[in-house]
Amino acid sequence: MFNSLYFAIPPAPALFAQLLVGLINGAFYAMLSLGLAVIFGLLNIINFAHGAQYMLGAFCAWFLLNALGVGYWAALILAPIAVGIFGIAIEHLLLRHIRGLDHLYGLLLTFGLALIIEGVFRQQFGSSGQPYAIPPELQGGRNLGFMFLPNYRAWVIVASLLVCLGTWFAIERTRLGAYLRAATENPVLVQAFGINVPRMVTLTYGGGAALAALAGVMAAPIYQVSPLMGSNIIITVFAVVVIGGMGSILGAIVSGFVLGLVEGLTKVFYPEASSTVIFVIMAVVLLIKPGGFFGRVG
Amino acid sequence: MAESGRGNRILAAILIAMALVAPFALYPVFVMEALCFALFACAFNLLIGYVGLLSFGHAAFFGSAAYVTAHTVKVWGLPPELGILLGTAVAGLLGTIFGWLAIRRQGIYFAMITLALAQMIYFVALQARFTGGEDGIQAVPRGHLFGLVDLNDTLAMYYFVLAVFLIGFAIIVRTIHSPFGQIIKAIRENEPRAVSLGYDANHYKLLAFILSAALSGLAGSTKSLVFQLASLTDVQWTMSGEVVLMTLVGGLGTVLGPVVGAFLLTAMQHYFAQLGSWVTVVEGVIFVFSVLAFRRGIVGTMVAYVARGSNPRASASAANAMAEKPAEVSSATASGAR
Repeated sequence: MFNSLYFAIPPAPALFAQLLVGLINGAFYAMLSLGLAVIFGLLNIINFAHGAQYMLGAFCAWFLLNALGVGYWAALILAPIAVGIFGIAIEHLLLRHIRGLDHLYGLLLTFGLALIIEGVFRQQFGSSGQPYAIPPELQGGRNLGFMFLPNYRAWVIVASLLVCLGTWFAIERTRLGAYLRAATENPVLVQAFGINVPRMVTLTYGGGAALAALAGVMAAPIYQVSPLMGSNIIITVFAVVVIGGMGSILGAIVSGFVLGLVEGLTKVFYPEASSTVIFVIMAVVLLIKPGGFFGRVG
Repeated sequence: MAESGRGNRILAAILIAMALVAPFALYPVFVMEALCFALFACAFNLLIGYVGLLSFGHAAFFGSAAYVTAHTVKVWGLPPELGILLGTAVAGLLGTIFGWLAIRRQGIYFAMITLALAQMIYFVALQARFTGGEDGIQAVPRGHLFGLVDLNDTLAMYYFVLAVFLIGFAIIVRTIHSPFGQIIKAIRENEPRAVSLGYDANHYKLLAFILSAALSGLAGSTKSLVFQLASLTDVQWTMSGEVVLMTLVGGLGTVLGPVVGAFLLTAMQHYFAQLGSWVTVVEGVIFVFSVLAFRRGIVGTMVAYVARGSNPRASASAANAMAEKPAEVSSATASGAR
């Protein structure tokens, strides 16, 4: 009886498998849109290089493993630090000089950076991906009864949730986060209180880049490490940001995960639309709620 | 360029004369490609330079028109002029939808929305049956123009492309100097004020967007006949980035800037093609340099220089108005959220 029922609804295992894939994608959307929102809040820049920094994180992990023999867990810390320092250098050398100009110049500058970084890596590695093995501690998986859950994927979901909630806590519930939010509202006044706002801006950009790199390291064993991985995901993340609105940190996290799930569900029920569904949702949201679900400013 | 009528007419005459003899001095296909991109960049500039809207999704119009023209000419057997008209119309229709959605948000969001919508078109082009997926539509016949002129002849094709470019360019110049053009510039400078004067800003923005999209489509359609090919490159986000770069290098909000930028970048891609991905890197470097130190672009800088010679006081403000205004304004309007 149960068996026949099980076979009568073939999508059930496929459904859960795709939901898992959706949740994983959603985890990366959430982490990336979170970084975008934090950077946008303080610098008023849409960081087009965010995808490139995500890709750099993945390649850092790959280099560490293949050139130095440094494993996944160390890469999880080292790669974000390296990319974070790179981000700080970018902010200090380039972005600082266009403060006060229109936001659009920030988008154009970081777009140029993304082209440079991606071009260099494509020249070295071509468009094909490099494999990155799952760390031995997280290989295998467990059977949950209704589906098979690979350990690494479970880890990515848990870790990304922790990262997202940790960032949310740091910004909304700590003193440093309060300074950050205050500087977003009125940098001149905050500076008058003796807080070094330019340094905070630099560190925020570095932090955002490090967050993207962390996502990149976590993505390395799931997707292939490829020079194109960044630009492929970043445009989808832009749509996620438009849907969620960049007004709130929690909004970025929630919309990231939810849209990942929706994408996964679409793969089950109407696979042809899975790559465009997020953009369609964006268009619908623009019609009914132009400010985005969690947005404050237009 | 400067508004003085006679200087402009002389300059135009010189440029057209140069364009007429160009195929005898340069590789004609290169000049045709550059002309298509020049029209594309001018159409894009109409939006960024005169309305102050940065679209990061213009590849959607360029590419979809290229696909429509390639398909209708190759599979339906339409003559080239009808294929191009149809491609342009589809781009205009797409522009109506995109513009209608995107003008609901401003500044940075506008850029992200257009980019995301264009990415949707990219995925459609990747998956739809008639676009040929990764291969694109190849071996598109150029056909006979009005059933008379054989476009397989390179020179005939060249003068046809030149004519298309000049028509598109004339439409853009006419638009900029029309009352409509004055209103969109007013919206760029100060949208709340334009609204308070009774102008429906969104209506004008949408019209400018549709015009820009349709002319981008005209460029894309023509390009698909020149290369007898419509491919994924035409709809990809890199194409949207390239047209931004051409306009930025030439000079945002200048009439001739996009043309100069398009010729420069096409030449670079043409002659450095064997360098592979380094071309992308060089483009990125030019992007970063232009934003940091060369925001007026080539023509913008020249205009500022000429203006400084004739009237030292007015020069700085005039040049600033040309190069920096489109950007400043959108930030001002971004706070007036709707």
